[in-house]
Amino acid sequence: MNNQSLDTTDDRADEFEVSVPSPPELMKRRAKSHIGFILGGSVVLIALLVAIFAPVLAPADPYDQDLTRRLIDPIWGAKGTWKNPLGTDALGRDYLSRIMFGSQVSLMIGFFAAAVSAIVGSCIGMIGGYFGGRIDNFIMYLINVKLALPGLLVALSLVSVFGGSIIALILILSFLFWDRYAVVTRSVTQQIRVNDYITAAQALGTSHTRIILGEILPNVMNQIIVIASLEMAVAIIIEAALSFLGLGVQPPTPSWGLLVSEGRSFMFFKPHLIVLPGMAIFLLVIAINMMGDGIRDITAPEGRN
Amino acid sequence: MAKFLIHRLYISVLVAVTVSVIAFGLLRLSGDLAAELAGEDATPEEIAVIATQYGLDKPLYVQYFNWAGNALTGDLGRSLFTNEPVTEMIFDRIGVTIKLAFFSIVIALIISIPLGVLASVYPNTWIDRTSLGLAVFGQAIPNFFFALLLILLFGVKLRWFPISGNDTFAHFIMPTMTLGIGVMPQFMRLTRTGMLDVLGSDFIRTARAKGLSPLKVLFKHALRNAILPIVSLMAVVLGFLLGGTVIIESIFALNGVGFLAFESILRQDFPVVQSIVFILSLSYILLTLSSDLINAQLDPRIRLG
Amino acid sequence: MTVPVVLNVENLSVEITVPAGTLHAVSNLSLKVHQGETLCIVGESGCGKSITSLAIMNLLPSKAKLTADTMSLEGRDLLDIRESEFASLRGDRIGMIFQDPMTSLNPVFRIGEQLEEVYIQHGKGGRKEARERAEFLLEKVGIIAPAERLSQYPHQLSGGLRQRMMIAMTLMCDPAMIIADEPTTALDVTMQAQTLNLLRSLQKECNTGLVLITHDLGIVARMADRVMVMYAGRSVETGTAVEIFEKPTHPYTQGLINCIPVPGRTKPGSHLGSIRGIVPALVGDIEGCMFRNRCDHVSEECYSGEIGLNEISEGRAYRCLLSPEESLRNFKLKGAA
Repeated sequence: MNNQSLDTTDDRADEFEVSVPSPPELMKRRAKSHIGFILGGSVVLIALLVAIFAPVLAPADPYDQDLTRRLIDPIWGAKGTWKNPLGTDALGRDYLSRIMFGSQVSLMIGFFAAAVSAIVGSCIGMIGGYFGGRIDNFIMYLINVKLALPGLLVALSLVSVFGGSIIALILILSFLFWDRYAVVTRSVTQQIRVNDYITAAQALGTSHTRIILGEILPNVMNQIIVIASLEMAVAIIIEAALSFLGLGVQPPTPSWGLLVSEGRSFMFFKPHLIVLPGMAIFLLVIAINMMGDGIRDITAPEGRN
Repeated sequence: MAKFLIHRLYISVLVAVTVSVIAFGLLRLSGDLAAELAGEDATPEEIAVIATQYGLDKPLYVQYFNWAGNALTGDLGRSLFTNEPVTEMIFDRIGVTIKLAFFSIVIALIISIPLGVLASVYPNTWIDRTSLGLAVFGQAIPNFFFALLLILLFGVKLRWFPISGNDTFAHFIMPTMTLGIGVMPQFMRLTRTGMLDVLGSDFIRTARAKGLSPLKVLFKHALRNAILPIVSLMAVVLGFLLGGTVIIESIFALNGVGFLAFESILRQDFPVVQSIVFILSLSYILLTLSSDLINAQLDPRIRLG
Repeated sequence: MTVPVVLNVENLSVEITVPAGTLHAVSNLSLKVHQGETLCIVGESGCGKSITSLAIMNLLPSKAKLTADTMSLEGRDLLDIRESEFASLRGDRIGMIFQDPMTSLNPVFRIGEQLEEVYIQHGKGGRKEARERAEFLLEKVGIIAPAERLSQYPHQLSGGLRQRMMIAMTLMCDPAMIIADEPTTALDVTMQAQTLNLLRSLQKECNTGLVLITHDLGIVARMADRVMVMYAGRSVETGTAVEIFEKPTHPYTQGLINCIPVPGRTKPGSHLGSIRGIVPALVGDIEGCMFRNRCDHVSEECYSGEIGLNEISEGRAYRCLLSPEESLRNFKLKGAA
């Protein structure tokens, strides 16, 4: 029988093999060549810097009223001056400063709403997917109830009851978004629960909490981050919408949605009052979406399309 | 099939009951409703009178069963503000909202299905990129901002469409465009990924190996399979739109259920708010139920499985 | 009287653009199939067997590029025709049976519809004739109560039944040529034998040319008139079934045959033969013999230039620098060891 060739090592045996870069190396390479990720990420970064350094960067105090200098045109308008590059609002407040401070509200509410709902939703989803049976049935029932409720109306009612403080808004928006995380983490957990390494961990007597946090969470982390970035974008839009309706961030706090709402009465002759904050929301949301899509492509390119 | 149906019905009833409890409790979270209704300078005696008048002195569960029992007979109580029967108020206005939601879906489908199919047939070409760009736009633009832009352009500058009211078909054009663009991306992405999945499947290769024409392969063999998740999404989006028209109805002064809900939330008119939340939840449950039935009809694996 | 050639392919190459460069999936492959003849293409996974079959059907993915000197079906040139003309041949003159019957039928249409559709598409007749033809063929492939089966959906049938449906579907228009790509790999062993017997008897009855793609030498022994052994996108040896099994000339073919346990000769508990090493990546420019890293008889000459096909006789060739005598001696030595 032929058994002599099995152990001989030929130094030329591997000449056909191609060197394969490591996964982190590959991810870095994909990140660098992903235009959407770079573009979106840069815009988000700029918005973040503006939000953090608004007190230093803003030309004026966003709350400072000057009724003698109401509704001044921006710099490209007829009577624009460099004192107020984007003009002033109906109460004579510097519009550029208000928009810059507005990024604080949007980013803070967007980020924390996405984060809180990510934690709550993923826990619910992983528990349902991991334990299955009655627990899972109960969680599916919770998800179904959440889906059936008209989210925007419930949010409006809750704001009308609890008021429009930033913390209340974050919690109320988190209530609107937890279900997507739950659905995704639940189905991924169901898929990995049956894997041998989970069974092995169970056989070793590892506690359920440690299995969920140590074995399952790392496997769903990518998906959670991708959903979180997309939900953050939606949360920013909904915050703006609630504030636009007057049931969100309360005046005089500068929220972009509130700025659009305040500018609405003057939009026929001063359209920039709604266009500027509106575009700010639009650009930030697009950038976050592009970044989220980018993260998905970079971490799991096989999931593209 | 029968088993699937019974299980599905059981879950629906369970969810409906839960939703009715939540709807009932929503505005009662604020605490003493009677005190709020009576006004700020009401004496304790006056508050007590109001509490008896609205049955607010009874235990919460009694109040719930009274309300739920009446609701089953079609009596949803009277508005605290106008004293009209809530059932009538809602049925007077729901037509506008249904029209709005329906036309929006139609617009979304008209744009998204052909674009999604084209994008999947020519992936990574300019067609694909353009439709992706449109999807990103629709996803990122806040609908109140887009509505205001439409008013500025088509209502004020070009004077093509009326900007408020719901008397004629023309009044619905801008509102449905706004809502349609907002929900279009979901349909487009689902069509594209669904079609890409199906086009890469073995049975499509079989169909091509049979010598069928490309159009037959695409529209008979592929789309028929990709349409299944779209039907489900239609039900979800329709349910979402029925409760998501608040902003658009208030901007375009459309007298629908969304606007009624918004007004009622502002004036703490809880019989109206809880009824609207409940009815919208019920319609979501019925919509998803019927989409499951339609899918079961379309997919022999469910129907006969 | 000579038997006419149905399928003639000369110097077929398929290149696929991948991120790392150009993948030479199939290189300079030639094959001929006569009426009623079975050609088995054998090789391990990734050697280009399936790509070859898709190339002949003109079903390659769009990033794959096909070149060939000749490709003809029943004397009709296939290289210079438009895709729409090609489509009119597919399903009519040339049919294909795929590997996985579980996924190869459309889940949302009845079996009957999927069979009749081919017949109607190629203008053989209307709905009624198509239904009659389908029932006739279902009986042929050994299905009881064909009318009932035709009104069922794919998920209601077992894998073996579905593959028979696929065979019946391929025969709807009485094609001159059938390509079967691993038609029994997804079936369990008892179904494999039945399905193969069925395929063979129907092919002989209809006098159809058959290209059967497989990795299983047992199937080759049972089915083949002639054999082509593929390795790394090339044909490394061709010949009649008897020649390939009795006098394998290429070291790769010899290795494959040594992997088969032989009753009476392979002692219980002894090691079965195996071919060491892995298949080379086919990306970029490639020189020399593709099998050199796994071959026991490698020499300096194996590393450069193009190793051509050595033709021993009509239809019998191998791609190696060793002479047939040398090579065969090596094989006998090893077999005796």
